[in-house]
Amino acid sequence: MSTTAILKFDNPIYRARLLKHRIGITLSVAAMLTGLIFLFWILTVLVINGFGALDLDFFTNTTPAPGSEGGGLLNPIVGSLMMVGTATLISTPIGIFAGIYLAEYGEESRFAQITRFVTDVMLSAPSIVIGLFIYAIYVANVRHFSGWAGSFAIALIAIPVVVRTTDNMLVLVPSSLREAAFALGAPRWKVATMVRLRAVKAGVLTGVLLAVARISGETAPLLFTALNNQFFSADMNTPLANLPVVIFQFAMSPYDNWRELAWGGALLITFSVLGLNILSRLIAAAGQKKG
Amino acid sequence: MSAQQPQPGESVASEAHAKGMPSATSSAKWQDFLFHKVTFSFALLVLLFLVGIMVSLVIGAWPAFEKFGPGFVTRIEWDPVNSEYGALIAIAGTLVTSFLALLLAFPVSFGIALFLTEICPVWLKRPLGTAVELLAGVPSIIYGMWGLFVFAPFFADLVQPLLQATLGQIPVIGELFQGPMMGIGMLSAGIILAVMIIPFIASVMRDVFETCPAVLKESAYALGCTRWEVVRKIVLPYTRVGVFGGVMLGLGRALGETMAITFVIGNAHKLSWSLFSAGNSIASTLANEFAEAEAGLHISSLFALGLILFVITFIVLAAAKFMLLQMGKAEGGK
Repeated sequence: MSTTAILKFDNPIYRARLLKHRIGITLSVAAMLTGLIFLFWILTVLVINGFGALDLDFFTNTTPAPGSEGGGLLNPIVGSLMMVGTATLISTPIGIFAGIYLAEYGEESRFAQITRFVTDVMLSAPSIVIGLFIYAIYVANVRHFSGWAGSFAIALIAIPVVVRTTDNMLVLVPSSLREAAFALGAPRWKVATMVRLRAVKAGVLTGVLLAVARISGETAPLLFTALNNQFFSADMNTPLANLPVVIFQFAMSPYDNWRELAWGGALLITFSVLGLNILSRLIAAAGQKKG
Repeated sequence: MSAQQPQPGESVASEAHAKGMPSATSSAKWQDFLFHKVTFSFALLVLLFLVGIMVSLVIGAWPAFEKFGPGFVTRIEWDPVNSEYGALIAIAGTLVTSFLALLLAFPVSFGIALFLTEICPVWLKRPLGTAVELLAGVPSIIYGMWGLFVFAPFFADLVQPLLQATLGQIPVIGELFQGPMMGIGMLSAGIILAVMIIPFIASVMRDVFETCPAVLKESAYALGCTRWEVVRKIVLPYTRVGVFGGVMLGLGRALGETMAITFVIGNAHKLSWSLFSAGNSIASTLANEFAEAEAGLHISSLFALGLILFVITFIVLAAAKFMLLQMGKAEGGK
């Protein structure tokens, strides 16, 4: 029995196929490892170079003048929080309402299909072009860079993320739930918000968190909207220091302590963004279990 | 009299009832109407953003196109001192780095998607999938810093000499690997872009691979196919439209990528056959020059570059989306 089986499979064609299979599988494992190595490499470099900068001064002092010692990233941290917060407040309602429209009224209509198509394209559109747009319609008119301009730019980047997750999540709500609410005499807007939206609030929250994560690290659209500010400012009408642009400027500078601060900022921003990513995934997973 | 007393009361009550009910439904109708229009206007707003972006870019770019004509696209000069502008170098840099990235990212993404769908043990699927998506979550500026300070020196010391000694010796292709080995330049930019778009392509590929019906795969296994043959000859042909869509999505991402490129491409306005030489892309030119550009032709030329970039990426991303929709339709039809 066993000898015949061996004989059957022991021919050049089968061996060639097996060899191809083994090469293919090995390359696939190698590709997976390549991806992991790059992730690990980047994170290690960040921790090694950035961890030393993260002391109390880092969070409590403002950015140092060129060539001077010490200093921290208080003003860019505050500026980034303000702009990301404002952008989230702007983009969340717009995104959720637009998402509700697509799922509740739009369904398969032509308008809804075009809107979905456009949001999907906007999801990956170059963020620097969004910066150009805000520059053209806002900065060029008020004639100065400002925190508002930066917030608008990153809000525009966040909106498509919220729209698409809201839409995708709402579609998953079983129609029996909606029908039950309608049968009780609830008006449509109540069904849409208090039944349908509520049923997927974990999913929508995931979308918002992913959008926050995405815009927290965005640099390109801030370069010519919020610009930068060497001093502490909490006024959204002035140019506002923000982590990504400060990291860019400091990393490209010739000063050692600026570069060290840049690595610290890079570490802070990366781990915040990745933390938000993981948190949103956990929320989504918990929401799925409950549902 | 006393019998009449309750009558008005009754009629008031019934009147209220009669009035109340319709007013309740009509207010509900009105609320519904309002809700419909409010949500609609937000959806419309999203569409208007796209129109607004296009219009503002065209207006901004108008003076440059008026001065240089459509030839702007093929002009090599980029000279802010003499107000001579052309887009060719930036367009070439953008296309070369993006295609390099695609060339490198495609096989790796395919391998990752194959691993995650067919090889990986179930308990590892989730953590590894998350790890790949975290790679997509790392902000672009971090790739730039890592690229400039860590990857470029490593690349210049170890990889570039090797490339020059091997591929650089082949007659025609060798031209691509000549010149000083600085670590930064078009090739490094392409490699870093590849790392950045791998997670996007891989996750689309993984999703479309999973749409391949189990019956098809099981039939192939039952005929004695190896796992590689199943993927190569069943899954890949079945999902090829979706795979192509994923690749286009990666290309769209690569074309518009700004910060990472700005760090490592070298920011030099010149054309060269060598991939080792420094160059410039549309996005890196914008990032470097826009905030300090003088009003007038310089700003306008930068807007023109932005318009070209937006149009190219829009076409690529629309094509990607279209293919993925076809894929979804084919699946829905089954």
